Amino acid sequence: MPLDPEIVKDLHRRMVRIRFFEEAAGRLFEANKMPGFIHLYVGQEAVAAGVSVALRDEDQISSTHRGHGHLVAKGGDLNKMMAELMGKATGYCNGKGGSMHICDLELNMLGANGIVGGGVPIAVGAGFANKYSGNETVSVVFFGDGSTNIGAFHEAANMAAALKLPVLFVCENNGYAEYTPREQSMAIKDVAERAGAYGMPSKIVDGMDAMAVFEATESALVSVRAGEGPYFLECKTYRYYNHHGIQNLGLSYRTDEEVEEWKGRDAIDAIEARMVADGVASEAEVEANRASIQAEVDEAIDFADSSPMPDPADLLDNVYSDAVSSDAVSSDAVNSEVRS
Amino acid sequence: MSGRELSYLQAFNEAMHQLMAEDDDVFVAGEDVAGKGGVFGSFVGLLDEFGERRMIDTPISEQAIVGLGIGAAVAGLRPVVDLMFMDFVLVSMDQIANQAAKLKYMFGGNASLPMTITTNGGAGLSAAAQHSQSLEAMLCHVPGLKVVMPATPYDCKGLMAASVREDNPVIFVKHKRMFGVKGEVPEELYEVPLGQAAITREGSDVTVIAYSRMASEALAAAATLADEGVDCEVIDLRTVQPLDIETIVASARKTNRIVVVHEAVRFGGLGAEIAAQIQEHAFDHLDAPVARVGAPFSPIPFSPALETAYVPSAERIAAEIRATMHRPAPGVTV
Ligand SMILES: Cc1ncc(C[n+]2csc(CCOP(=O)(O)OP(=O)(O)O)c2C)c(N)n1
Ligand SMILES: [Mg+2]
Repeated sequence: MPLDPEIVKDLHRRMVRIRFFEEAAGRLFEANKMPGFIHLYVGQEAVAAGVSVALRDEDQISSTHRGHGHLVAKGGDLNKMMAELMGKATGYCNGKGGSMHICDLELNMLGANGIVGGGVPIAVGAGFANKYSGNETVSVVFFGDGSTNIGAFHEAANMAAALKLPVLFVCENNGYAEYTPREQSMAIKDVAERAGAYGMPSKIVDGMDAMAVFEATESALVSVRAGEGPYFLECKTYRYYNHHGIQNLGLSYRTDEEVEEWKGRDAIDAIEARMVADGVASEAEVEANRASIQAEVDEAIDFADSSPMPDPADLLDNVYSDAVSSDAVSSDAVNSEVRS
Repeated sequence: MSGRELSYLQAFNEAMHQLMAEDDDVFVAGEDVAGKGGVFGSFVGLLDEFGERRMIDTPISEQAIVGLGIGAAVAGLRPVVDLMFMDFVLVSMDQIANQAAKLKYMFGGNASLPMTITTNGGAGLSAAAQHSQSLEAMLCHVPGLKVVMPATPYDCKGLMAASVREDNPVIFVKHKRMFGVKGEVPEELYEVPLGQAAITREGSDVTVIAYSRMASEALAAAATLADEGVDCEVIDLRTVQPLDIETIVASARKTNRIVVVHEAVRFGGLGAEIAAQIQEHAFDHLDAPVARVGAPFSPIPFSPALETAYVPSAERIAAEIRATMHRPAPGVTV
């Protein structure tokens, strides 16, 4: 059965929004306008888009160091995102978090994460809260292939299955962990094999096909929402740029041919071709959608550019939820010096 | 000295080449250490020279990486295991603190653990709260570990040699903002003994005690204060566990005023231990309370605007020295 045209358009819109945001962020990073590290999601858009279109607003997601795409897909505000990446006061985290800690709790996006595997137990905790409250909400955890080599992943996967928690595990298998190919760090071919060890049903899906990811997510969520326990989706995908930054070709740990081959299967190109062929949208409509998203991204850059840097006087805010606790350390001369 | 200059990172790298050449029991395991030569380039060239048997790219598994080192050390090898960022020490803390630190003691001395954990600490790169920490106080609190934090290329090489040749677990912490700093480094392999501080500037009015990157910030502050007529002595601890308390106390008895500086959070930091020991051993010699400069009590912020305010600097150290000397800042009348 062909997909609802509105869903196809939604998938396209979310993917292009991620792509354009990330390309712009990468260029700003190159131009030294963005401090710190930046891990771009370009190439993997079909995963975040495919999963998020199948979610309800109240469903939570938890993310990784490569987290911009997940937030954009969940409906993130590009202004606040761009401002955060530039370390501005108007950013999602008031400039305190940056790329690796970007979040939007109102959208139920529980944060990117600087610690590989760190977000997996947290999503399981959110799943626990959902079950505890007796609602139908699910939590989704995105994680890389490499993160399934860390203890936190295994503990959390086992616990989710043992406690039958409503959690969707989404592995973004892009074949590498930084500069190490997957086959050098695990003796199995499909990460999904790991799900079986915890008694979790799993499915492998083409992570370069947003519609396939959407359909797989939608069917997985039926059992997860029905209280039958967690489900594991492995999406085979690829990151176009280097682990960090915007370098693309000529990297020593992978061949240019490999990059080009994956780019030949680009999820956005594919869905646009399908949209036109199936009469979902004309070429002109596709182009107009792209242009309006580009305008939104350009506006986000202007917003971030013209936003102020955070005030050092706010440095100690939000260490605790109450002001009392920060008073407890105010005898610390340095702290009061920084505050004044 | 040869007069030959190397960067901090090159000095480390040269030590690794020479240590691996002298002892086939030395191997390196960690994330991206072999093919990539370490994400910061610490281990570049070692795969080509020593091959895959001795240079091992591991999965992202910090507990197992440290555990691999422990097991291999007990079985007779001399491992160097790498944790990409000091923050990841926390991921492997069970293996470090419950296993490595205590093994020899728990076994009644029947095992030794010649393992070095190398890692990269420190803020200043907008790497935010989970990639910038200075966690040495936590590590120093666990009996059985040694903690080394070099501040110069010379020490980076010499302390690494001493660490690898040690029969105890050592955590060797490079500072991420010092990689490119250049200095004289002899070509041959030499040791800088663990537990020996260096007096990097002699002075008579006040002693500034620091380590890692703050040792060079302390020297910069001392230069500023010299212009203001204050003669600072600067001590670079080099090793924070064991702590060279003798050098510290001798200097306190000489200058009678102390400022302790570290990049780590001030509350519960090494400065507290050092201040306590100084008052135990040199109370009658003090003309002012022992002052401490450290980071404020918060996680490390991302934005450069906040991080600059957060990380202690030569200016903050200078201000603290003036306060200790009861001196106004230049241009300020009292
Ligand atoms: C505990 C921990 N170890 C190591 C790192 C450094 N690191 C950041 S991303 C990464 C690779 C992650 O690979 P994968 O999970 O496959 O995600 P991908 O980058 O491919 O999206 C590593 C090793 C980290 N951030 N946290
Ligand atoms: Mg990966």
